[in-house]
Amino acid sequence: MSLDFSFMAKYWEMFLYGAWVTLQLSFFGVLLGTIFGIFLALMKISKVWVLRALSSTYIEIIRGTPMLVQVFIIYFGLVPFGLELTKFQAGIAALTINSAAYMAEVFRAGINAIDKGQAEAARSLGMSHGMTLRHIILPQAFRNMLPAIGNEFIIIVKDSSLVSTIGAAEIMYTARTVQGAAFKPLEPLLVAAAMYFVLTFTLSKLLSALERRLQKR
Amino acid sequence: MIRVSGLRKSYGKNEILKGIDTEITKGEVVVVIGPSGSGKSTFLRCINRLEEPTGGQIWFEGQELTEKQSDLNRIRQRMGMVFQQFNLFPHMSVMENLTLAPRKLKNQSKDQAKKIALELLKSVGLEDKASAYPDSLSGGQKQRIAIARALAMEPAMILFDEPTSALDPEMVGEVLDVMKRLAKNGMTMVIVTHEMGFAREVGDRLIFMDGGVIVEEGDPRAIFENPQHPRTKDFLSKVL
Repeated sequence: MSLDFSFMAKYWEMFLYGAWVTLQLSFFGVLLGTIFGIFLALMKISKVWVLRALSSTYIEIIRGTPMLVQVFIIYFGLVPFGLELTKFQAGIAALTINSAAYMAEVFRAGINAIDKGQAEAARSLGMSHGMTLRHIILPQAFRNMLPAIGNEFIIIVKDSSLVSTIGAAEIMYTARTVQGAAFKPLEPLLVAAAMYFVLTFTLSKLLSALERRLQKR
Repeated sequence: MIRVSGLRKSYGKNEILKGIDTEITKGEVVVVIGPSGSGKSTFLRCINRLEEPTGGQIWFEGQELTEKQSDLNRIRQRMGMVFQQFNLFPHMSVMENLTLAPRKLKNQSKDQAKKIALELLKSVGLEDKASAYPDSLSGGQKQRIAIARALAMEPAMILFDEPTSALDPEMVGEVLDVMKRLAKNGMTMVIVTHEMGFAREVGDRLIFMDGGVIVEEGDPRAIFENPQHPRTKDFLSKVL
């Protein structure tokens, strides 16, 4: 049996569009997931127990349920409540909700790993809690967390393939479509795999370059 | 300048401070000594509320800082602190360590803050380290930078929490020299230390703490030569 990629002549544009959709899904998933993740982490280390409880509950529920179920709930399940999202919006929402929970744990661990003396020194100079976080704790935590954040980014890119199940035309969805249209069971999937790999590999190279730059000096 | 009245601190059932009363006047150098676990560091850390007192009151420059509504951040700007572990910010250069708080909290311009910082670095003998990062400094250098960082906020007093305890012996002198100079220039200082020679030479007043209370206080020379309380005698006989 030999591989035949001749269908690409006809479908390459579709794949390219799929890659563009995957990129957008991942980008917004990473961006919004990071922002919400930071808030969740700050809630979880807050002195107010209600915030801590809310954050913990959220994180446990999201981590404890499959993302596929979350995607379906957001896209199909919320319609009766008047929330009708496009496939793309639902995809971003699911990725954000999911990655925020994981990011929160990464951030929390990163913040807790910073020596208590750092916050004490900042507070003893008269800096507020917020200033201390922004200028002293988070910059140091961020540097330590970069490998874990990179890991999470890559997971988000790969998890975005689950959004194909609600019909968002990203890489995986395109591969399934082409499988049927070109009567090829394997090759379109190989193309999809290669595209995901290029995306994640580039991302991981970019992140290690950033890591090296921060490590220097 | 500072008045402490009935200060108490406990962790759960464990009472560390059992009612501290004292007063510190402007320009005074108060040295606090005592065995480990006597509560001396906790006492110091209660003064700027890094530890939350569980009882009693502290007044600083006429304000009660143990009050719930007191503007703690503002008060702390007037009350520097130097730590045993230096706690320099490792992600910032020495210059940034010194200028961050004055720029953010006192609205100093970058140039203004830098000028003051350079003066301070000169005064601790480290003007050539402005662009260095803390990791590249020795312990003694770090602690001198930490003192300069506290001074950059132009505080009315500085709290020293065992400033030389984490240093290699050969670096203790350079830090104590800086502190001596500060004392001579009239800075109000409260110093928790194990350096008995320094306490005797520089202290205006000595406080001996044990078991969460002030056991004895007064002129350092007098106490070193002729301690009144048996516990003071016992402690001094072990450390001198």
